Amino acid sequence: MKPAPFRYADPRALDEALALLSEDGAKVLAGGQSLLPLLSMRLAAPAVLVDINRVPGLDAIEVDDTGVRVGALVRHSTLLADEGAARVQPLLARATANVAHPAIRNRGTTVGSIAHADPSGEMTSVLALTDGTVTVASAAGTEVLGWRDFFVGPLETSIPGGAVVTSAFFPALPQRSGTAFAEIARRKGDYAVCGAGVVVTLDGDRRVESARASYVSVGLTPEVHDLTDAVAGAPVEQADWAAAGELARTLVDPDTDIHASADYRRLLVGVLTERTLASAAAEAVAGATRE
Amino acid sequence: MTTKLFGEPVRRREDQRLITGKGRYLDDIGHTALAAAFVRSPHAHARITDIDVDEALDVEGLVAIYTYEDLTGPMAEPLPVLIPHPQLHAPRTGFPLANGEVNHVGEPVVMVVATDRYVAEDACDRIVVSYEELPVVVGVDAARAAEHAVHEEIPDNVAARHHQETGDVEPALAAAPRTLSFTQYIERSACMPMEGKGVHAKWDADDSSLRVYTSTQASTSVRAAIAAKLKLSLDKVEVIAPDVGGGFGVKIVHPWPEELLVPLAAINLGREVKWAEDRREHFIGSAHERQQRQEITVGYDDDGRITALDVHIWHDNGAYTPYGIIVPIVTATQLVGPYALPVYRVVVESVFTNTVIVTPYRGAGRPQGCYAMERTMDRIADDLGLDRAVVRERNLIQADQFPYDHRLTFQDGRPVIYDSGDYPGLLDKLRTLVGWSEAEHLRADAAERGKLLGVGMALYVEGTGPGPYEGGHVQVLGSGKVLVSTGLTSQGQGHETAFAQIVASELGVPIEDVEVTTGDTRRFGYAVGTFASRAAVMSGNAIALAARGVREKALRIAADVLEAAPEDLEIDAGLVQVKGVPGTSIPLRTVAVLSNPLRYAFDEAAKQATQFAKAGDDDKPPVAVGDAPGLEHRDYYSPIRSTFASGAHAAIVEIDPATWEIDVVKYAVVHDCGNVVNPMIVEGQVHGGVAQGVGGALYERMAYDADGQLQNASFMDFLMPYASEVPNIDIDHQQTPSPLNPLGIKGAGEAGVIPGTAAIASAIEDAVGRRIASMPISPTELYDLVRDPSSERTATAARREAGAMA
Ligand SMILES: Cc1cc2nc3c(=O)[nH]c(=O)nc-3n(C[C@H](O)[C@H](O)[C@H](O)COP(=O)(O)OP(=O)(O)OC[C@H]3O[C@@H](n4cnc5c(N)ncnc54)[C@H](O)[C@@H]3O)c2cc1C
Repeated sequence: MKPAPFRYADPRALDEALALLSEDGAKVLAGGQSLLPLLSMRLAAPAVLVDINRVPGLDAIEVDDTGVRVGALVRHSTLLADEGAARVQPLLARATANVAHPAIRNRGTTVGSIAHADPSGEMTSVLALTDGTVTVASAAGTEVLGWRDFFVGPLETSIPGGAVVTSAFFPALPQRSGTAFAEIARRKGDYAVCGAGVVVTLDGDRRVESARASYVSVGLTPEVHDLTDAVAGAPVEQADWAAAGELARTLVDPDTDIHASADYRRLLVGVLTERTLASAAAEAVAGATRE
Repeated sequence: MTTKLFGEPVRRREDQRLITGKGRYLDDIGHTALAAAFVRSPHAHARITDIDVDEALDVEGLVAIYTYEDLTGPMAEPLPVLIPHPQLHAPRTGFPLANGEVNHVGEPVVMVVATDRYVAEDACDRIVVSYEELPVVVGVDAARAAEHAVHEEIPDNVAARHHQETGDVEPALAAAPRTLSFTQYIERSACMPMEGKGVHAKWDADDSSLRVYTSTQASTSVRAAIAAKLKLSLDKVEVIAPDVGGGFGVKIVHPWPEELLVPLAAINLGREVKWAEDRREHFIGSAHERQQRQEITVGYDDDGRITALDVHIWHDNGAYTPYGIIVPIVTATQLVGPYALPVYRVVVESVFTNTVIVTPYRGAGRPQGCYAMERTMDRIADDLGLDRAVVRERNLIQADQFPYDHRLTFQDGRPVIYDSGDYPGLLDKLRTLVGWSEAEHLRADAAERGKLLGVGMALYVEGTGPGPYEGGHVQVLGSGKVLVSTGLTSQGQGHETAFAQIVASELGVPIEDVEVTTGDTRRFGYAVGTFASRAAVMSGNAIALAARGVREKALRIAADVLEAAPEDLEIDAGLVQVKGVPGTSIPLRTVAVLSNPLRYAFDEAAKQATQFAKAGDDDKPPVAVGDAPGLEHRDYYSPIRSTFASGAHAAIVEIDPATWEIDVVKYAVVHDCGNVVNPMIVEGQVHGGVAQGVGGALYERMAYDADGQLQNASFMDFLMPYASEVPNIDIDHQQTPSPLNPLGIKGAGEAGVIPGTAAIASAIEDAVGRRIASMPISPTELYDLVRDPSSERTATAARREAGAMA
């Protein structure tokens, strides 16, 4: 379990990084928590590792009313502890708390986990659920991509190898809304067998205006499922969250692996949907009451 | 003074070193050594048609490549069958490097030696081995069906048919008022020490001698194996086990191919060579244990008393049988547990599969035996509508029945005669500790919270400390330091502390003066090894005897100096003194100096000693006939048979009926290992064992697919429990000393793991009311089980439902 030979570069500027990345077989190294195990098992053998950890300007969390921008070098643990970010978009801290263990959160980056595009990652699904975007820099310039255009398949994004995701943007939680995130993993800190993040939005009369969910370890790429039909217009106290869970079960298409059957994952989708919607709704009510 | 330390919770002296990164493990040795890496079979069963190394030859830093063709003499022969047995009629072992055929994924085919491990792996990547794939056999059922053979010349895949019986089981079953027959399974797991295996070898060409460090549980035997296989004289081979990061059984197997090949390369190349196993290699190139299919028929009366038990087991031994049929024998003989069984018959068929070899993993066949017996007790209780504890109680061997002869033959070839115990005492303590009588309350409480609660228990008896022997050497130096050594090895159990406690207590010296060395053939040449919960029993007693020998000699010398009778002397705090006469004393270290008539005054100790030295008798030699210079003694302990420890565990589980997650909310252990040297160490052993028991019951399994590929060969997918998955453990002790050894102790190393699977299966069954007949069980499997209309409901569940409706 030793990597195949590779060259290593640690540029001090984004331009320099992009120039280095233009070489065939070059790869970005961020926190290394996903990439280094792949190298050690020789499942990846890049020619050059371009370590972006010393590139200035990529480590900021910027928070305003519209949302939270997370720089490429922000570690999971930093985002988890950021109160401003949690206020504007509570899903960030709620989901990050479920990413791995503290030691890995101290090194691994949130943007790296989005760039890694693992459908078992929490943050890919949060980017989707919040309808987020990523900013991508390459030799050709900088562009902003919506999550739908970014995630292509498991561990696959639409950006070329030479590009760096410089930040991810998570829009703020809408008014009269609440969120919740829950997951079931075999061991604490493991990748989820199934996870669910939800957003419930109420109308001015405290009726359910919308209910949306996104799942972890379910399907090949992150998806957002609109569950509003099951609960639309219901006064929040009477909303049938179980029906929303039932609806969710019919919308997902999970896989079987050695840890769980597709059926079991579908069961969990239903249960977690019901549980998280109820708690997100309670939060939305509390928020609406404060207004 | 704190010299009477036997029985005290003395802090582990090795911990500071081990937990502050000062341990010296295999990979800490030999930074400049060449590195070995292996090309291993990617196929579970195949013929090797070609090995092409050409591409690898260009790799800069490559030093040597070895294939089977390069092996000669004893190295070209199959690896030894360590423990042959007449019932092992078709033993098979692999070669150090595959000879034309591979029988499991991970079998070593080529060894590469290079300047470092990176380069060695680069070269491995470029070696092309061509294979002709053969049909693959995975799992006991496929082995038994024998549509394909693992070894062509063994068409039924049966390596051994182990058979024992204590009477005529068929008539006894026919006469039984009631009988039950059922089949159950248990899966593979593995030892998974944090440190994998590893070997470092250094050849001294001028001296023609070899020094080998290996992460082993049996350094003396590795030494003998290397000497035999590489045709070296035993005196030219030293083998040292440095700090070993866990063993749990896998490192008792020897010689591993790498333990021979690395020294071979070191000799050939005249360079230091090292190999440190990585995790993937450990998964596919070491050993696993535990897969069995168990068919059980039990006869019993209306009170739940067993009248006859008939067990037929198919045991998966993997591709080869280097460790003989120890695991099958242990399952067969330890299955009986604490129960009196009038008639018992057991057949274990040990079958080949195209998977990693099966050798003892902590518990070594006992968890399976316990699972068979204890689940039988649960079935009887369920059938009769009796409390599971009551059925067990009615079948227990009573405290006045010892020694109790089961009329079986144990792994050491000796009779299974339980030396001592108090099983009703264990059961009573367990019921209190876990709150057995409160179970229905707890169940109702949990139901209010929307949870399904279940309780389960399991009892076991464990033969520990088998022979043939272990030795100890104790030497007092003129500095006052007491050197202790024993040949068996340590893997973090706390031997240094426990052995130092024994010597401090026996000799009357401060524990700080005692230094313990284990597993170093330079210090002690004869040893068996650390396995079968034998270190404290075997080396502990040997060291105690050695310390007593030193004490006797010290008193003899001191008596002469102090002009007193040896019986009137005592040693306390390192001082030999006349009992009851303060002031008439001599330090033990001075006695050590006096014990050697050659006394150059190198240091203060020697100078001081001269004041006590008496003029010798001109008519006698300075060293008396039969005596020896020095204050030291070597002794051996060899037991007539194993001593039998025992215990009882109970688990309470809560299950979420929405997600089928299983939570062990309480785990209780009552433990009896005779006299306890250090209760803190024993509790630590119990904790670690329970963690592995919980792992084996709920998390771990070797996920082989039908092609013999291990799908979870990493810590990401092999779910060894974290601290967060291991429940809090409540422990109560009982001490029934062993009458067989001087210290009255029984082994404690494996106990914690044995009943986990049985107790947790019982608790889950109790919670969900469905028969649990296959372990381990995960939430996804439990979900499948409860919604399968054909899965069996327990009679207890039906009774409970009827009761609720009434
Ligand atoms: C034991 C363990 C458990 C884990 N459990 C979880 C878990 O439960 N949930 C979870 O989500 N994750 C988990 N992870 C993964 C962890 O979250 C990683 O930190 C994350 O997936 C990748 O972030 P990184 O910064 O370490 O990226 P790296 O490992 O450095 O890179 C990962 C990939 O992304 C690319 N990349 C990284 N940053 C950029 C960028 N800015 N632009 C373009 N490409 C980039 C790299 O080239 C590489 O292909 C776990 C990891 C471990 C080791």
